[in-house]
Amino acid sequence: MAMTGRKREECNGRQAYWSRVRWTRFIIVLALVAALEIYGQSLADPAFLQPPSEVVRAWFFTVLPDTRIMSALGMSVFEIACAYALSVVFGVVIGLVISSTALSRQGFYPLILLLYAVPQVSLIPLFVLAFGLGPAAKIAFGFSHGIFPVIVSVITGMNDVPALYVRGARSMGASTFGIVRHVVFPNMVPSLFVGLRLAMTMTMLGVILAELYVSTAGIGYFTRVFAENYNPAPLFALIGSLAAIALIFNGCVRVAERQWSGMRSSVRAN
Amino acid sequence: MSRTAFSARLIQLGFIAVFGAAWYWSTATGSVSKLLLPEPGAVWLAFSRLVTTGQFWSAVKVTLTTIMQAYGIALVAGILAGYLISRSRFLIDVLEPIVAGFFTIPITLFFPMFILFFGIGIGSKIAYGATYAFFPIALNTIASFANVDMHFLRAARSMGASRWDTFQHVLIPSALPVLLSGMRIAFFICFASVLGGETLSAVAGVGRNIALAAELMESARMYAWIAFVVLTAITLNLLISGFEKHLSARRDVAWQ
Repeated sequence: MAMTGRKREECNGRQAYWSRVRWTRFIIVLALVAALEIYGQSLADPAFLQPPSEVVRAWFFTVLPDTRIMSALGMSVFEIACAYALSVVFGVVIGLVISSTALSRQGFYPLILLLYAVPQVSLIPLFVLAFGLGPAAKIAFGFSHGIFPVIVSVITGMNDVPALYVRGARSMGASTFGIVRHVVFPNMVPSLFVGLRLAMTMTMLGVILAELYVSTAGIGYFTRVFAENYNPAPLFALIGSLAAIALIFNGCVRVAERQWSGMRSSVRAN
Repeated sequence: MSRTAFSARLIQLGFIAVFGAAWYWSTATGSVSKLLLPEPGAVWLAFSRLVTTGQFWSAVKVTLTTIMQAYGIALVAGILAGYLISRSRFLIDVLEPIVAGFFTIPITLFFPMFILFFGIGIGSKIAYGATYAFFPIALNTIASFANVDMHFLRAARSMGASRWDTFQHVLIPSALPVLLSGMRIAFFICFASVLGGETLSAVAGVGRNIALAAELMESARMYAWIAFVVLTAITLNLLISGFEKHLSARRDVAWQ
């Protein structure tokens, strides 16, 4: 009984510690925003920096009512979703094919790593030339950024399946599909999700780079107009909206990850 | 070389050969627009013409100085911030999620702000590249110094090591591998973000020249620039990973 009491005390201590951590983090962020507000109100040149309160106002009065900006934002959400879905599907398939035999892995994995190392920004003009100024170029560019982390994580995940498990499953009469479904895939999930998280960041990077490069339409047009007119409040509001979109997409991946790992551990428990 | 290694090399060479043949074939038969994909000969010609011009070397110089300055700033700021944060468990728990969370949203978003603050000259690219490279360096510095084995530190202290001795002989060697890998990642991020910044908005530099060649519809020249960038990146990558392998091999020897 004394043990459980001490344990509870320890647990309470941990809880108190983490709530202190969270509060400090919250206060730091709040202090930063307040400092920015004071600086923006008093010292800053309004042509370059506006206080957060002005940015929020610009969001409600300039960004939100403008249907063209809202449709540009909606379009970039669509592009990110499409590019990410394509990266995941093609990345998993290509990764599985490459890691299916030792020979193809040794042959193609270095090639994939080599392609991964290419600074893809230098290819933007090519994508625009090939796919035009519309969403297709942005989706393609996001896809080309997002697919490599998925392929690499699938290959590394497949690579470290303990051979003993595979042999065990086979000797108990599992089919190849059964082995992939029940042995290889569950083992791959943690590594896969590291790749999926990175792929989300990369996909968004690709889409946003292409959006900013094409400055005649979409997000790139509005950021250019706001920046050229020294109108920072709506610019910051637009950038803030995109950052919020990015955070939401990241959150979705994390929720999916928790769901999957939860399922995995409950299967284990059974 | 074993049999599979040999076959793997064969696959790689075959892949590159197929790639080259497809390029040659599609341009020779005229099935792909010359604007989109010029023939290999034209790109080679444009490349050899490009490297002899002074314009090429001045663009390379601009980009190189931008990268070096951005990387230098990121290195100093990232290691300093990371080290200071790593000194306290509480600070790590408070600040590390903020730094890591910032790194998961594409910092490219804020590029228009850099242009607004620093203009379209070299300054905005330095600030942008430095900001991008700061995060992996800071995160890896935190991770490397926070995970030093407590036993080593206690042993060093109990044997009478001074603070500086501990820092020099325990902290640095055990943090170095993770620190170095952060520096490598940050370098390539810095490289790519400076190039990207130049492509988006600049007056000079390699990225600007790629965008300019595309705007002028000079595909062969654009491909020549892209080839230069890609080859440089791959060479640097091989050099740095080779250097890292060499270092870790030496460390393993010293360990025994």
